[in-house]
Amino acid sequence: MSALGWAIADGWTITRRTLTHWRMQPGLMLFSWFFPVLMLLIFGSLLGGAMEFPEGESYYELLVPGIFALTMLFGLEGTMTAVTQDKDKGVTDRFRSLPMSSAAVVLGRCMADMLDTLVALAVLVATGLALGWRWHEGLPSALAAFGLLLLLRFALLWVGIFIGLSAKNAESLTVVQVLVWPIGFLSSTFVATSTMPDWLGTIAQWSPLSATATASRTLFGNPDASTTTTWIGSHSVLMAVIAPLVLTAIFLPLSAHRYRTLSR
Amino acid sequence: MTKQQVIEAADVRKNYRGGTEGAGLNGFDLEVTAGTVTGLLGPNGAGKTTAVRILSTLLQLDSGTASVAGYDVRRQGAEVRRRIGLVGQYAAIDEVLTGRQNLVMFGRLNHLGHAKAVRRADELLDQFSLSAAAGQSVGKYSGGMRRRLDLAASLIVAPAVLFVDEPTTGLDPAGRLEVWTAIRQLVDNGTTVLLTTQYLEEADQLANRISMLKDGKVVAEGTPDQLKTQLGSDWLDLVLVDPAQVAQVLAFAEPLADGEIRVEGTRISVPVKDRTRALTVMANSLHEARIDPEDITLRRPTLDEVFLHLTGASV
Repeated sequence: MSALGWAIADGWTITRRTLTHWRMQPGLMLFSWFFPVLMLLIFGSLLGGAMEFPEGESYYELLVPGIFALTMLFGLEGTMTAVTQDKDKGVTDRFRSLPMSSAAVVLGRCMADMLDTLVALAVLVATGLALGWRWHEGLPSALAAFGLLLLLRFALLWVGIFIGLSAKNAESLTVVQVLVWPIGFLSSTFVATSTMPDWLGTIAQWSPLSATATASRTLFGNPDASTTTTWIGSHSVLMAVIAPLVLTAIFLPLSAHRYRTLSR
Repeated sequence: MTKQQVIEAADVRKNYRGGTEGAGLNGFDLEVTAGTVTGLLGPNGAGKTTAVRILSTLLQLDSGTASVAGYDVRRQGAEVRRRIGLVGQYAAIDEVLTGRQNLVMFGRLNHLGHAKAVRRADELLDQFSLSAAAGQSVGKYSGGMRRRLDLAASLIVAPAVLFVDEPTTGLDPAGRLEVWTAIRQLVDNGTTVLLTTQYLEEADQLANRISMLKDGKVVAEGTPDQLKTQLGSDWLDLVLVDPAQVAQVLAFAEPLADGEIRVEGTRISVPVKDRTRALTVMANSLHEARIDPEDITLRRPTLDEVFLHLTGASV
């Protein structure tokens, strides 16, 4: 088999390890997949009533795509934790001492986390539809929106692998686990950035999370006031493509380098 | 490669940037012959783990040369990895998966086909007496069981050399015995093992040859017996019944002593050169003085004494 063939075969073996984890710990997995649903329901019923929308429009039209994007961000945590645990327990060292493809470890992580994200997203979409959220621009456009969401997750995967490999131990990840919240809030996830104070709105608009949230709203045909008011708002789809690619271009090589030179 | 040298390291040096991550190596030399167990013995921070990580290609050396199974660890890492097994300081196994699932996964990553990986997993589970727990999640295993599974995972493809880094650190005495038994079995089957340990007893029990490490350098090397002899003499130990007799017996001991006599209460330890003569002369003197000692024995120095002598470390 070729080097690429082995990388994929070994990567799949490592992916299957995660799939076996799902089977062995179904409760934990169900919780992680339903956590975004919980947030959707909490924020929807908590804030939805306080907001004014045109006749017949509900907060869920704005919120559901926001929670989609937020779920991509929160996926970072799972990636980091898994990577750090393997490094801490010496599992990564064992992989590195095997005659397997060295790309396979990250490839396996990548496939497993993307599958995990697909399940979480499917659960969220079903819940969103049940709550009255709809896409209005046709299926191809909606699929493009899902594509952009997964692209963001893919980019954050490399950020997660890099942080996970760099972290001293699982405890030091707490900082990042706390930081994802303000990053999540400081974006167009929950409200249009045009409702924020100018300076804060500007920061929030340039967040890659906002770009993806706003872009997916555009493609779904869901309302987002920021799309018309500013340049960045009206170019959100472009930004939602570029920002993840830039993140990947930075963190993929960094992760690869980190992996090759672990504790040197 | 000379005929049976599985590991050859010469003047290996390694400095960690920052310096806090681990102990470096300062001209580390090692030769390991096929079919032997070599113990790398040294206190914490002597560089044992660094040496193992370099030889198993996890870490780059700064200078010097090292080869495993005839392949250069720096330039032919992939070839080296095909021929080694590594048991690191922590049981590097997946805690969620079962014992069998772990071994099958590592078998697949060693590029065995599925059926072969399953067969090999069952063989190893049997060899390490883990068959009964094969279907249990590793999270439920005892420390000794984890270590044994860890050893098994390193032996999926019979390695030319198995690196075992501090295999019993953190285990209870029962777990320690389990692991010792498992390692002895490997050696009986002809596996070459490089073992690091900070326990003298462990090195004495398991290793044919010991290299003592201090500050990233081998300070003594040989069989356990040779090392004990290197320190010099054998000891004649006497335990007396009556403290009043100590002075008299010391007078008998003076002419036999080849070094400083140690006295602790009623115990007198005399370093001697000619062991049997010293024993008969002493026995005779005691007999004539009508002194019946509680105990009289000849012994080699313990590895502890060699260790303390060579490293100046406290045990």
